[in-house]
Amino acid sequence: MKKLAAPLDNAVGLALLATVLIGVATALTFFYAPVDQDGLNQKIFYFHVPIALTAYATFGWGAWKALVHLWKKKPGADLESYVAIHLGTIFGSLTLITGAIWAKLRWGHWWLWGEKELVLFLVIFLFYCTYFMLRYSIEAGPRRANISAVYALFGVVLIPVSFLAIRLAENYIHPIAFNKNGPQMAGSQFGTFLVCLAAMFALAGALYRLELLGKRLDTKLRELRELVLS
Amino acid sequence: MTSTEKYVAAAYLVVFVMILLYVVIIAAKLSRLDREVGELADDVRARRRGEAAGDAAGGAEDDG
Repeated sequence: MKKLAAPLDNAVGLALLATVLIGVATALTFFYAPVDQDGLNQKIFYFHVPIALTAYATFGWGAWKALVHLWKKKPGADLESYVAIHLGTIFGSLTLITGAIWAKLRWGHWWLWGEKELVLFLVIFLFYCTYFMLRYSIEAGPRRANISAVYALFGVVLIPVSFLAIRLAENYIHPIAFNKNGPQMAGSQFGTFLVCLAAMFALAGALYRLELLGKRLDTKLRELRELVLS
Repeated sequence: MTSTEKYVAAAYLVVFVMILLYVVIIAAKLSRLDREVGELADDVRARRRGEAAGDAAGGAEDDG
């Protein structure tokens, strides 16, 4: 019972933290952070960028767990990697949708194929979408876990490329909030951004724990059924 | 409501709806697990009753 209670407590704690942080972040975004020269559309930034960073972080976490699986053969690491990548694709789709809405407001287009950062993010997103096709095309077992882990590790290489590409490009219209001189925004905006980022990380952590708990329960129930009915 | 306000509201609504959808999916999964645990418990009870009935019949034969 203790084994089940620990991740559940973790999920409950993280869910409570996420609820509080999302409430505070929304209040700060609309009532504290000033409206800059971009106008009201800049309010999308406070959720769009943290969601995108959370997508990168969950893909990175999935790759780390994949490495743990391949390197240390830790039981459960494959499932943890799968759940992290699943969450990454959810946050990735949110990034693409909120980004498209913001792009329509700022540039008058839903999507621009000439924008390297957008296209590279789409490549990363599609790469991880195909992870699920690959995973479910192989029968469950060690072979599936190993091949999925190798694939997850390949994908993570695209993340620094995505960050660097926009900074190396000369012509771009996608805004850069952070450069080598630090954050390109006022202190109150940066503070709000940090709270929003913490809220998204807490939300991702809570969803990760919750999904992992459901998957582990499912596996244990299947094992129990086999034991009882054998 | 201005056009900008509509777009900002839409962006926030998308995030809210997606998270809500995720919660609904997790809730559906938990309901399925709950139902399966119930079915498993019923199976175990039925098996125990069968075993108990078998033992009782065996005991009656021994007495006879």
